[in-house]
Amino acid sequence: MDTYYKPEDLPKFGEIGKDAPDLAKKFFDYYGAVFSEGELSEREKSLIALAVAHTIQCPYCIDAYTKACLEKGSNLTEMTEALHVSTAIRGGASLVHGVQMRNIAKKISM
Amino acid sequence: MADTIPSFLETLERHKLTLHRRTTEILQVNLGLLCNQACKHCHLDAGPDRKEIMDIQTVRQVIDFQRQCSFKIVDITGGAPEMNPNLVYLVEHISGITDTVMLRSNLSVLYDLKDDSLLSVLKKNKVTIVSSFPSLDHHQTDSQRGKGIFDKSIQALIMLNQHGYGQEGTGLTLNLVSNPTGAYLPSSQKATEKRYRDILYKKWKIIFNNTFSFANMPLGRFKDWLLRSGNYDDYMVELHKNFNPCAVTGLMCQNLISVSWDGFLFDCDFNLAATLYKNNEKTHISQVKTCSFENDKIAMDNHCYACTAGSGFT
Repeated sequence: MDTYYKPEDLPKFGEIGKDAPDLAKKFFDYYGAVFSEGELSEREKSLIALAVAHTIQCPYCIDAYTKACLEKGSNLTEMTEALHVSTAIRGGASLVHGVQMRNIAKKISM
Repeated sequence: MADTIPSFLETLERHKLTLHRRTTEILQVNLGLLCNQACKHCHLDAGPDRKEIMDIQTVRQVIDFQRQCSFKIVDITGGAPEMNPNLVYLVEHISGITDTVMLRSNLSVLYDLKDDSLLSVLKKNKVTIVSSFPSLDHHQTDSQRGKGIFDKSIQALIMLNQHGYGQEGTGLTLNLVSNPTGAYLPSSQKATEKRYRDILYKKWKIIFNNTFSFANMPLGRFKDWLLRSGNYDDYMVELHKNFNPCAVTGLMCQNLISVSWDGFLFDCDFNLAATLYKNNEKTHISQVKTCSFENDKIAMDNHCYACTAGSGFT
């Protein structure tokens, strides 16, 4: 079966600059700066990116940052824990809206 | 897909680079393919079932060659060189005529042997130990090197520290080598060293001198695994994509000569694995009458991309 997200398309990301080169340059310069070593290490930034990739469910990002995490020296336990962080926040974000539910229910109930 | 990448020679030419031998400073001696481990990333297919080890006659020829040429460094490798009964003889006879003698150890063999007399010889002769330590994670290490190897490696490092290795003021150097535990490139040497230093000390009070991060070589057992797992094409493309022209200047094949367990000459241990003889001629160490190989051509093939990817393999 054909697939909408093709792995071989990921290396074509740079082509996005063909019709708006100035904007693309600004984006890729920024992107490069974000992921370079700062107060956080490149390894830590890759783990954050991996967690975010799963939250936004971007197949390209998942491919790229799984590999990046391994290349930066992370292991599968650390990577799985990072995913649980995003899962907890995502799940918690749903659950915490229960407060709104309870507020509304309380307001309209006798 | 790997067929679509240009040859290593074509890539060098595109960057207007050449590869020729300079003054040879390092004599690498492969004592054999016998090893207590059968690591998935081994470029030589070394393992417990291999019988090929350097005999005493060839060891003596190596010593004579070093006496004649006085290379600055002698780098002893394998397999597991500790499993060759001629290792002590080689170390005892070559140390006095060499500035630096290095022994590449997989660590677990030191733990298994628990051979104090071998350690005494290494210490007495100030042999630098370069040990394989791919990851701080025991699952990753064991998946590359075999079940239980991580724990044995840690115990061996503790033992080496107790003998003075890695300790300031002893002159006993302990270096670690990290290879990726899969079909991807290594992390930066600087970042790896910082992390290894922090975590090895915090968890086990282990200290060491330096770490080196190297890409895995698409040869031998690692190539077989790449092919079996469907990673070969992507890995070769990745190595090519990360070709770093600046890494070419520092490539070890320019100042190192490698001797196989049976005494034949190669430009490096990887060409030995690929059976690419030095100068494309099968020359035995006993036939060599010179110490100068300057400007000799270096045999190359596409596995050389692993030495030029990213920071390179020096």
